[in-house]
Amino acid sequence: MVQIDCSPLTTSEINKKLRELPEGSEVELLNPAGRHNLAVGLEKKIDLTINGHGGYYYGGMNKNAEITINGNAGPGVAENMMSGRVRVKGHASTSAGASGHGGLLVIEKDTSLRCGISLKGSDIVVRGCVGNMCAFMAQAGNILIGGDAGQALGDSLYEAVIYLGGKYKSLGADAKEDSMTDEDITIIKDMLSRAGFNDLKPENFKKIISAKTLYHFDSEKKQDY
Amino acid sequence: MTQKKPIVKEQNHNYPPEMIAWIQHAAELGRYDIRGMGAKRKIPDFNDLTFLTASMSRYPLEGYREKCVTQTVIGGRHGAKPIELDIPITIAGMSFGSLNAQAKDALGRGASQMGTSTTTGDGGMTPEERKSSKILVYQCLPSRYGFNPDDARKADAIEIVIGQGAKPGGGGILLGQKISPRVAGMRTLPEGIDQRSACRHPDWTGPDDLVIKIEELRELTLGKVPIYVKIGATRAYHDVKLCCHAGADVIVVDGMQGGTAATQDCYIEHTGIPTLAAVRMAVEALQDLGLYRKVHLIISGGIRTGADVAKALAMGADVVSIGQAMLIAMGCNMDLPEWEEDYHKLGTAAGYCHHCQTGLCPAGITTQDPEISKKLDPDKAGRKVRNYLKTLTLELQTLARACGKSNVHHLEKEDLAALTMEAAAIAKIPLVGTDWYPGK
Repeated sequence: MVQIDCSPLTTSEINKKLRELPEGSEVELLNPAGRHNLAVGLEKKIDLTINGHGGYYYGGMNKNAEITINGNAGPGVAENMMSGRVRVKGHASTSAGASGHGGLLVIEKDTSLRCGISLKGSDIVVRGCVGNMCAFMAQAGNILIGGDAGQALGDSLYEAVIYLGGKYKSLGADAKEDSMTDEDITIIKDMLSRAGFNDLKPENFKKIISAKTLYHFDSEKKQDY
Repeated sequence: MTQKKPIVKEQNHNYPPEMIAWIQHAAELGRYDIRGMGAKRKIPDFNDLTFLTASMSRYPLEGYREKCVTQTVIGGRHGAKPIELDIPITIAGMSFGSLNAQAKDALGRGASQMGTSTTTGDGGMTPEERKSSKILVYQCLPSRYGFNPDDARKADAIEIVIGQGAKPGGGGILLGQKISPRVAGMRTLPEGIDQRSACRHPDWTGPDDLVIKIEELRELTLGKVPIYVKIGATRAYHDVKLCCHAGADVIVVDGMQGGTAATQDCYIEHTGIPTLAAVRMAVEALQDLGLYRKVHLIISGGIRTGADVAKALAMGADVVSIGQAMLIAMGCNMDLPEWEEDYHKLGTAAGYCHHCQTGLCPAGITTQDPEISKKLDPDKAGRKVRNYLKTLTLELQTLARACGKSNVHHLEKEDLAALTMEAAAIAKIPLVGTDWYPGK
């Protein structure tokens, strides 16, 4: 296990050390102290644990690395992730998993506004609650929420799917509840298994998808923008 | 015999025939008009300025012989490898999706032959463009369509787009007829839907966040590439200052004449400010911060001729960027007999077409239809781009020499006079024959 104490190093020096580690390394970052932009743009399959609270964009544009934040995460955790896994043991701030293309983001407590905004294929599992505008303009991928959701859940969804274990304050424009299928149960089981939340029951979830009434302009319809 | 009543057509400035026709069209359509190109109405522009070239009080350089440098280096403020351009004219961001791959390829070929850059767009980087463009600026837009770290690392610069001149505050549009399988794949969208991009970035909100976002992109690219920030010109003075504080190496300011392939007409005609105002405000902001020529300024929006380029540089821009005029150079709105029917099918004619949003571009540029796209030969179109850039450069140099300048970047405001009171006020350049402008 490699340990890197962040205290005497600049963000660039820390990221350089992470990039230079060989594939398969196990590494721990100590004393991140909420600084921004750690573990950005990693490409190798390393097992990284960040011991402490994070600033903005931890795991941003991640490829292949498995990153665990032993604390809370700042805005944009795992934004634009391409593959790999990011796990937040605490809470996550706004825009968690924004525009992610692949991989898995797990948040063990709650997250804030715009979780999964503009999602492009990642899977996101939030054990707790999400704030307003979760999955805004989410295009592809799955978001599983164990707790409740705020206002405007799934506003302007494309093809991403939301599985909600609790209640939502309101649905966003063009979002609707849909009935669950066997395939959905399989997807939920898989997501819960990968996240390690096997105590949650797939049958307790409801599905929210796009009603697809905004896919085309139509002046004859009452299109809810 | 009853006398015929005379037909009286009393002028109504508030509801002229065009406005009546528009209202009735809106009543039929039930939504906003969406079209391509930029603002069509007459607004103050570079034509309202003239050069005070050499005479007795100023000495010219030989117009065809004496050296007049056009080399331009930008973006090195924070230690990145700067962008070295042979000419101070670049090609603006236009998406793959709004344009086809052939057009992106052609732009790259022409730009590379002239030693300048192209810019991706709201659809990501195509392999064709990366291959053809010697210098490629990669856009990071609110939509993040196709944005990925691998392509970011292949780019020569990254441009964070906050807005564009045709629609500051609005997001991109690409209608269903242009969401082909390839476009849909690159943008992670269902084929054939009417795509409307986000207008705000998903993971940052204001200028304080932008500081951190720029740092993130520097971490991704190891600090090797310059970071541009592009804004649509509105409150240009304040916005440029905020971009500087956020850490931009280069700021791109796009005036209201800037084009688009598909946006609401109400945005195109009624948002933003003219490029003439934008360049003056941007330069003032940089000067007030002591960052003029340290943070570099690219001006775009309705740049058409070498005279426009020269005037933009004289007003303080480091570089100009051109979008819609490049498409015109490649054949957009070209009057060819064999294309007449294609224009008529769109309800228009050569010289008047703005129907990029339909995907039925008579010139084969703003389309995803494979058959229509065959009209555009990237090699021939690339040559046209090169020739157009060459013409602009020669015009720029000849005007600079006539002002006594051996380097186009030595052009200055003092070389200019305003032909109208409006232009004098907007550009803060004296009205011809005076040393005064409104507000002085």
